[in-house]
Amino acid sequence: MASPTDPARRAVIRQGLSVAIATGLYGISFGALSVASGLTIWQTCVTSLLLFSGGSQFALIGVLGGGGSVGAAVAASSLLGVRNTLYALQLTPTMAPRGLWRVPVAQLTIDESTAVAIAQDTVPNRRLGFWVTGIGIYAGWNLTTLVGALVGDAIGDPKQYGLDAAASAAFIALLWPRLKSRQPVAVAIAAAVVAAALVPVVPVGIPVIAAAAVAVVFGLLTRRRTPEPQQPDGTIL
Amino acid sequence: MTVWIAIIGASLIAFALKFAGYTVPPSFLEKPRVSHITTLLPAALLAALVVMQTFTSGSSLVLDARAAGLLAAIIALVLRAPFIVVVIVAAATAALLRAFLGWA
Repeated sequence: MASPTDPARRAVIRQGLSVAIATGLYGISFGALSVASGLTIWQTCVTSLLLFSGGSQFALIGVLGGGGSVGAAVAASSLLGVRNTLYALQLTPTMAPRGLWRVPVAQLTIDESTAVAIAQDTVPNRRLGFWVTGIGIYAGWNLTTLVGALVGDAIGDPKQYGLDAAASAAFIALLWPRLKSRQPVAVAIAAAVVAAALVPVVPVGIPVIAAAAVAVVFGLLTRRRTPEPQQPDGTIL
Repeated sequence: MTVWIAIIGASLIAFALKFAGYTVPPSFLEKPRVSHITTLLPAALLAALVVMQTFTSGSSLVLDARAAGLLAAIIALVLRAPFIVVVIVAAATAALLRAFLGWA
């Protein structure tokens, strides 16, 4: 068992916390926007506590605030949540939650906790990354939701501090170490191109799922890299 | 009241979607073909998240200060900067471009 002072574990904790801070602060935007859309402070906070998935929450209040029906709001929110199923699937071997333990694990399964977890090399570090990021964001997001709901936009747009770019940087920094062999590079480029191409033509939330489909197709057409690389027919490489 | 119905309904579905992924038997995920795919998935998901976080606004592709932040992050990564430095460099780049050059 590695000690908590193990440099690799400390690096994972630092990654998780920096991602948690950068994203957690976006709760201010959500809280402010939610109250502006006509939800009460109480409703706003319950949404962050229970729904806990940034994209889905913004979609929900966006449709409700625009005068849309309950059905339309729930549908928009749920469509964005489908990718979390995929994340859970991806995290199953790592987290291997059983029984009631699946409840907190499921609730914390979002873009950022998944991104930090899957970027790590070992199972203990993946778990650590998941928990640090998931709990950090859950705490930060709910706290800042309340702050945003109470004070509105007084603190200002998180964009002015570059926090949106910080999240981009966190994702590329998590991807970077994986780009050492040809297959992940090819998959990453193809997934990025497919996701970007689909953004204007499919509902928000679908491009990430399409990117996952790229990995599935690629995985079906290729073999795991062996010492003697072989390219079966139909390979994308 | 309708707002509460929407919040609770959306929350239940969101949780069910997350939970569903954890109900797949591990034996399925251990098959060679499936595990080959799941090793490729992180690269695809992270690359897509980079694109979504950097170049989109709703359903539009946009080029703004976030792209400059991403470029700064990549330079920092090439220079082998630690994670936290990469994140701060990107945030500072975007914040400064917005504050002084009025970038979106």
